[in-house]
Parts: sequence; structure tokens; C-alpha cells
Amino acid sequence: MGYVAIKGGGQAIEGSKAVFDYLRTRQGGDAQPLDTATIENQLRLLHSRVMSEGGVYHPRLASLAIKQAQGDSLEAAFALRAYRSTMPRLAETGALNSDGMRITRRISSAFKDIPGGQMLGATTDYHLRLMRMDLLDESPERFRAIAAEWFEGRDPDEVPDSFPKVLDALRAEGMLPALDPAKGGGEPFDITREPLIFPVPRSAALATMARGEQGGLLAIAYSSMRGYGDIHPTVAELRVGYLPVTLPHPVTGEPMEIGEVEITECEVVAMYEAHEGQDECEGEPMFTLGYGACFGHNEVKAISMAILDRGLQKGMRDGPSNPAEDPEFVLLHVDGIDSMGFCTHYKMPHYVTFQSDMDRLRATQKEYRKGDRT
Amino acid sequence: MSAGMQFGFLDEYAKREIRRASLKAVAIPGYQVPYSSREMPMGRGFGTGGLQLTLSLIGPGEMLKVIDQGSDDSVNAVNLRAFIEMTCPGIETTTSTVEAELIQSRHRIPERPLREDQFLVLQVPYPDPLVIVESSEEKRKMLHGEADYSRLLVKLYEDIVKFNEITISHRYPTRIADHYVIDPSPIPRWDVPKLDQSPALVLLGAGREKKIYAVPPYTKAEPIAFEDVPFRVEDFYDQKGQRRACARCGCRNSFLDEYVDSTTGELVYRCSDSDWCDEQLLIGDAPEAAHG
Repeated sequence: MGYVAIKGGGQAIEGSKAVFDYLRTRQGGDAQPLDTATIENQLRLLHSRVMSEGGVYHPRLASLAIKQAQGDSLEAAFALRAYRSTMPRLAETGALNSDGMRITRRISSAFKDIPGGQMLGATTDYHLRLMRMDLLDESPERFRAIAAEWFEGRDPDEVPDSFPKVLDALRAEGMLPALDPAKGGGEPFDITREPLIFPVPRSAALATMARGEQGGLLAIAYSSMRGYGDIHPTVAELRVGYLPVTLPHPVTGEPMEIGEVEITECEVVAMYEAHEGQDECEGEPMFTLGYGACFGHNEVKAISMAILDRGLQKGMRDGPSNPAEDPEFVLLHVDGIDSMGFCTHYKMPHYVTFQSDMDRLRATQKEYRKGDRT
Repeated sequence: MSAGMQFGFLDEYAKREIRRASLKAVAIPGYQVPYSSREMPMGRGFGTGGLQLTLSLIGPGEMLKVIDQGSDDSVNAVNLRAFIEMTCPGIETTTSTVEAELIQSRHRIPERPLREDQFLVLQVPYPDPLVIVESSEEKRKMLHGEADYSRLLVKLYEDIVKFNEITISHRYPTRIADHYVIDPSPIPRWDVPKLDQSPALVLLGAGREKKIYAVPPYTKAEPIAFEDVPFRVEDFYDQKGQRRACARCGCRNSFLDEYVDSTTGELVYRCSDSDWCDEQLLIGDAPEAAHG
């Protein structure tokens, strides 16, 4: 038979699954399968990214997702999201106050001396990006010794658990408007239960970006940083740590801690404007704010989100003058699950639509040639 | 079915939301009803909108057919069908259009006319026909509300000025019940007339874009065109003016896929709808034409 029929799809899929799985094991010899704890610890930042984009805080399943996706962060986040679709919602926490975060790292680029001090913590920011050849053939003994010796001679009480927020100092100075409790009190928009119908509230924008894809957020935020926008951001505070999660006790109703989630939080102070709040400072020039937060340790994402939040607030108020200020442009294009899915779908058969395209092209060419001769 | 997974994969709240959105879609023909759209374990763009409709609507004992490009055996159709079978124990599947009660399809409407007791779920990548002339969803919503489709007509007019032809090949804008214009999903123009006064309910689901809309049974569905430039389906006539036939079953009134014969280098045509093709082979001769 000369032509190719669309047959044997089922067999092809099974074969494809099998060879994908084989590639995971092809190292052969005495290779060990990856265990999920290794992924969570030694691929810590990839793991953070997957939990954040998946929108589910489940460290063990995030590791499993990375393992089965063979390290593809988009695929892994996708598996976590699909898992969430099968889970009913049992309870909702109230808004959590990040003042009580157990901090592992916090910095401010606005002030040298911040209340509580700067704490650099774990970061690659000041690493020389030189290849660490010693890790190529790392001895397990040395590897274990680093962990074993880490707390020797360190006083765990030396570093406080929580720090005051940098923004509070700026508020006290009158450079930022006072917190408006009326603004923060509303029910946050739930993007997992409601579609985005524009215009959307700021909480919907924040939630969408919190599980947005890092590269997508960065690219659009970078356009704003470079010149398609004038946010002029300064990182007032960037903090990484563990945020206690509370739920009301089923009997007493008192809030009780049920666990904690690692998050990264960023507050940027941006270009000042006349204050719009209906208080005694109305009309006074004040700095403006942008906020970013996501699961896990992911600073590029939190900073990008904070910059976009500031841009979007302006776009929602005055209309967008740049792509990064346009809520539809930003919010409908930063989701990694949506965008990678649609990109991938182009690999599927499009025989029928292409047949139809050829029909139009041939008809149009025929018209063109007719015109040519006259 | 994996341990802990319930019938239809989705949690009951999600299914209820989809059923409510579907009812609203039937009540307002052609209106795009927003819904929250859950993530499915297959890619956005692979039919997650259609899949969510099917999973929310199907029940044990019902007969399902899944096609992609007209074929029950193409990779995506096989994948979707296997997933639905895995998560919906007790349902039946078939490749026969006659036997099916629920048909989920990508890019085609079966050649055999559907009946009142059947319904068709179409997978939709772009729910909004206005996206080619207006990129903001907020603005498009207003245009739909006012049934203002002038910019689409201008686009068609510009096509005629530039090319002397309307260039829209598939996803042909179609007006439902004289108000909303829908994107009928990437079905070829060949399939668009099947929507008009269809005895079967047609539900369209866009998972990534989070919209459900419908062409209810016996509802007017009219492709937009001009009085002097009528809507036309794909042309399967050869240079001598002969209607091309399927190389397998001989049918001269079906939508054809074209292939290059790898030995002779010649173009070969064959029915896109594989069940239709099988039926014609059994009958031995093609019945009356659906289209001229």
C-alpha cells in the first residue's frame, strides 16, 4: 500500500512509553534508581520550582513528579497539577501573616541597616560560576561529613527565628502609605475554582503568578526592567523561610498550626505616586509597592512577580501602556501547564485542517494566476 | 483504575460545575460559558476541554466513540479512549458512529448524520472567532454581547480584495441562532453545514481557554458570508471537473485526506472518516451525496 493510514496508534503509544522508561535506566551496571529524598534535597531548587508551578505543596509527590518526568520541570509541575484535580477541597486557611515566618535568608537592597540585620543565607548570588571539578568524583564519606559537622560549634539560638519587616520601617517614616485593613479584608479570588473573567481583582493576578512558570514571568518582567515600562524597583525585602500554616481547631475553633510551607517572598518599593487612599495622606507622594510570593526557594520568580504586580496595578488603574502592564497579556501567558500543553499539541496530527489549508491555498493561487494573465 | 481514583477522574464538584456550565451553554446557544477547567493528566491542547465534558456527562452502560482526524485509531484518540475507559468502569466503547451515544471528536464531525439520541463533544483550541480581529478578551466579550461582528466581515472583505477568495480554511466563523458567532472548532468547512438544525446536541469544550459552548439540537447554524460571495466547502474536484473518489471505498461524497503514494509519487485520496469508509466498503457502493 502506497499511502500511510492512521493505524496502530495504541501500539505506538505503548512502545513510546516503554522506550521513555528504558532511557531512565540506560546507565546500566550498578546504577541505583533515584530516591525521592535525594531529589528533594540534592535538587532542592528544581524541586521548589516544580511545587511552585504545580501549585501543590507536596514535597514527596513533587520529587516523584521530577523522577517520572526525568527532570523536565514543566512535565513534573503538570503531573502535580493533574493530581490536584482529583482531590476534593477539605478546608481553607485564612490569610497567613508572613511576619511569623521562620527565616532562613532575608536581605534588603534598600537599606544597609535593616531592623534585625541582613542575613545572606544560602544563595548562589556571590558564587564564582566556576566548574567545581571536585564534585565530579565526590567521595560519599566527604559528602556525609559536611552534614555531620555542620552544627558543630554553632549555637542554634544565635539567629532569631523571625525578623521585623523592612516595610514597617518605611511606613513609620511616612514614605509608604499605612496599611489599609479595608483593602486586605476581602475574600481572595480562587483561581482553581473560578475562571479569570477580565477585569480581574489583584488577588486573582497574584494567585495566577504564584503558580506561573518561572521563565515566562521572568521574560515579561525583564521587558519591564529593560525599558517596556518604568517601574524602577528596589528590593525592600526578599525573604526565604518557613511559614506556619494555621487552621481553626475543629472543636474549639481556635487557630492551630497544622504545619509549615517553605516560601519565598519579595516586596519591591517602586516609583512614587500621589497616594490614592482615603486617609489623611491622600494626594501626598508616596512610594508604591509590588508583591511576589511562591512556594519553595525561588528568588527570581518572587522578584519577577513583584515587579509584574506593580506593573499590573498600574495597568488595571490607568490602562496598560506596555505588555507587562496588561493583565490579559501577562496572566493568560505565564502558566506553564497551559503554554507547554498547547505548544506540545502542535505535534499531533493536523491532517484535516492542513487539507483544508491546502484547499484554500490552491483556490487562492488559481485566482492569483488568473489575475496574472490579464 | 488506580487506587483512590474515582469514576470520571474529576472530583464531584468539578463535574457538577461542568454540567451546570453545559446547561447554561444549551440555554444560550453559542455563548461561551466560562468555567474553572481542571488540569487533566494530558496536555492542554490535546482535548482536555472535550475530555472534561465527556467525563462529566458519561455514565455506566453508555456507549462512547472517540475520534481524532476522523479516525478511531489515531494516537490521540487511542490515548483519550484508554484514559476514559480506565477512569469510567462500566462504559462501553465503539468505533461505529451508528452505535455510539456520545462521540468525542477532534477536527471532524462524522459523515453519517447524527440522531437526536446522540451527542457530539468537540475539542476546541480557540473558542473565540473574534480572536483574529481583537486580541483582548475583555473587549471581545463586549463585541459578542452586542453581536457586533462587523470586524469579522471586514476581515472576509479584505480577503476578497487581496486574494479574490476567503482564506479561512477551517474554524469557520458560524452564527448560531442569529446571535452569537462561534468558532466551531477546527473542523473543515465541509463539516460546518452539519451543525445547522442538527438533531444531535453539539457541545464544544475549550479546556485551556476555560470555555464551554453549545449548538443545541435543531438550531440554526449559519457560516458568515456575503450574499454575492457564498460560503463554500472544500473542493474535491479534479482538473476535469470529476469528483475525486476514496481510493479505498470509492465514496465520492466524503471529506478526503490526500497522500502521496510512495511508489508512484501520485496523489491518492482516501476518506478521512474511517468508520464511514468501512461502512461504504461493506455496502459496496456510495449512497446519495451529503454535499453536491
